[in-house]
Amino acid sequence: MTSQPRIAVLCSRIRVEEKLLLQELERRGVAFDRLDDSKVRFRLDEPEHIYDVVYDRSVSFGRSLYALRILEGRGVQCVNRADVVQMCGDKLATHVALVGAGVPCPRTAVAFTPAAALEALEDLGYPAVIKPVVGSWGRLIARVNDVDAAEAVLEDRAVLGSWQQQVYYLQEFVDKPGRDIRVFVVGDVPLCAIYRRSAHWITNTARGGEASACPVDGDLGAMAASAARAVGGGLLAVDLVEDRAGALSVIEVNHTMEFRNSIEPTGVDIPARMIDWVLAQAESPLGTSTTEAAT
Amino acid sequence: MIECPECAGGITTPSDVMTGEIVPCAHCGAELEVTETTPLALAAAPEVQEDWGE
Ligand SMILES: Nc1ncnc2c1ncn2[C@@H]1O[C@H](COP(=O)(O)OP(=O)(O)O)[C@@H](O)[C@H]1O
Ligand SMILES: [Mg+2]
Ligand SMILES: [Zn+2]
Repeated sequence: MTSQPRIAVLCSRIRVEEKLLLQELERRGVAFDRLDDSKVRFRLDEPEHIYDVVYDRSVSFGRSLYALRILEGRGVQCVNRADVVQMCGDKLATHVALVGAGVPCPRTAVAFTPAAALEALEDLGYPAVIKPVVGSWGRLIARVNDVDAAEAVLEDRAVLGSWQQQVYYLQEFVDKPGRDIRVFVVGDVPLCAIYRRSAHWITNTARGGEASACPVDGDLGAMAASAARAVGGGLLAVDLVEDRAGALSVIEVNHTMEFRNSIEPTGVDIPARMIDWVLAQAESPLGTSTTEAAT
Repeated sequence: MIECPECAGGITTPSDVMTGEIVPCAHCGAELEVTETTPLALAAAPEVQEDWGE
């Protein structure tokens, strides 16, 4: 590529993260367009919005996924790739990929009716966790300590939930030491990690979890790298839990991760390293069939 | 300083404010979205949707 790469950032609300990322692009004098997912329109029969790279920072999984599908169809290099977003946005799809790659995950069952889910929970044992396959920020995740609680949650989902909430994703409750771990991965290289500590069993920083530095060497870094590779790689955050014996397992991989509380404790300029990667994709895209140069 | 579209209270925004940014109203707690920067305009931010997240 000889001239300046054509870059666009797909976004909706500008969180602290998007502001830091856009400011990082500006600081480097990189020209870019902003594609607002509430305003953008695509004619599928016309090659509009042709860029070398589109960097997705939309807060909406659905809008990200379909916008990236359209753009990739036109040969635009997307960060993250549509397949990666599709997988990471769905905990069950992610889980299947992780298991296929030999990455340890908590014991998990899936069922499609409340009756089958109750049997699956009996089998896993209580306490257990019921999670929606699509969701984030710790929302709608339920810890059920016994069959009575499970019946209540499952009936609510059956009566009030969308079809996706009726795909019952059931997991052993991992008795973790008051914290979980998030590893930031660039490509498939671990960048840095934080512990997220909370008095509540849900430790998301969006729910008040406190971030502190966590060394990312050894098994932790290797496991996060394997998890990132299993979902296709990119700019990712891998969430892991430790059990009482210290054994690690991966609970999910995030594709538009938040990092505002992680820069200070880790001392790593996370937005700068993310922009490095985005710009590197503009120069030499990952070797996949969807990355031929846009014309 | 600009008026909150919900409660008419005064709101100050950071000097480097961007369109799409969310600013909370200190008076009524509303989440407001910056829809324009020159001149500054605010509107009630969209509600969080089921598929939103990281
Ligand atoms: N099986 C589990 N056992 C114990 N804690 C869990 C388990 N699954 C999730 N958690 C806690 O709940 C939080 C949110 O779960 P996660 O699967 O990452 O969903 P989300 O997409 O909402 O972040 C985790 O960060 C962790 O603290
Ligand atoms: Mg998580
Ligand atoms: Zn107000």
